[in-house]
Amino acid sequence: MRNLLIAFLLLFGSVPLVLAASSEADFKAAYAAAEAANKEAGSLRNQWTVTAAALNAAKKAADAGDFDKAIASSKEAEALAKASIFQATSEKEAWKALEIR
Amino acid sequence: MIMRSAIHFAAAAIALALAFAAVLPGVAADTIDPVADAKAFRKFFTDKFPKVKLEDFVNGPYSMDEDLHRQWEVKEQFPPYEFSLEMGKEMFSKPFKNGKSYEDCFPNKGIGIRQNYPYFDEKEGKVVTLELALNRCREANGEPPFSYVKDEMAALTAYMAFTSRGKPFDIKIPNDPRALEAYQNGKEYFYTRRGQLNFSCATCHVQIPGERIRAEVLAPALGILNAMPIYRSEWSGMGTTSRRFTTCNSQIRGVPFNPQDDEYRNVEYYLSYVSNGLPISGPGARP
Repeated sequence: MRNLLIAFLLLFGSVPLVLAASSEADFKAAYAAAEAANKEAGSLRNQWTVTAAALNAAKKAADAGDFDKAIASSKEAEALAKASIFQATSEKEAWKALEIR
Repeated sequence: MIMRSAIHFAAAAIALALAFAAVLPGVAADTIDPVADAKAFRKFFTDKFPKVKLEDFVNGPYSMDEDLHRQWEVKEQFPPYEFSLEMGKEMFSKPFKNGKSYEDCFPNKGIGIRQNYPYFDEKEGKVVTLELALNRCREANGEPPFSYVKDEMAALTAYMAFTSRGKPFDIKIPNDPRALEAYQNGKEYFYTRRGQLNFSCATCHVQIPGERIRAEVLAPALGILNAMPIYRSEWSGMGTTSRRFTTCNSQIRGVPFNPQDDEYRNVEYYLSYVSNGLPISGPGARP
């Protein structure tokens, strides 16, 4: 019974610690992925201001220790950066549809 | 054997013909022809706005709306760019510390030459805008360059534009493949959608000129640079071509480039070329 109690405490007592640690690691990974995508958009000369804003928000939240918010902002930044890459790539041909001929 | 060779030859000939048929329309569509572009550009706008006189396109939104045009006529009696114009005149004639002045950097001492900018510099292999030439003049004479988006540059270009008022844009594309490439890159930039709002320059200034975005009446792309620099009521101040390009990018939520980066120089080259023949009207005023 005592062993069971110890096991219970170990299991549930450590959960917040494990979550906090993994959140910071997850944030770093999410932020790095977003930064890499935004860098690629930069090489295509097509970064968006909203991507930069989401990256800033992610950093600010992480500095304040709110990793859930930081991860959410990082993922938003990555999605925006990927959309800007898609735009730049598709526009290489698509611009011709607007041309006055 | 002869028969087999004949079949091979015929097959090769058919394949070659098919390949040409497939490729030729593509080549035709991608051929860079600035003269044809300018003609089509002008026709597009004059067909779209048959009541607007050709030379009036340079007045941007004021050419699109009768009420706005009347407002503009009144405004021109005490134009809001007048202070900038005076400042530019004074700056232009004031010598640098080394005794030289802007006059020494430009043909005809800088008077009445706005309509020839931007030009393609074959030595550099790039487009040179008036703003860039002014800062190069300063640096060559030991003076620090001005910001491309602030009042000093607006004042200088306002004065130079004023001395060219009424002169038609006369942008040349020399017989140099790099010049043609710069023109084509400028054209591509003009039509390319960017920013989170997925707008190109053409979205506003080709597809819906004359319409409103919020309170603003959008200017037609034909003649859009002839009035630069401009006093904008929205800015409560003067704006250079560089300022216009960078703020356009920000407004559609795209990260702007640095003023005078190649993209902006090239799009200025393209837009000025397709407005050849229309008079310089700068400095201008806009709502």
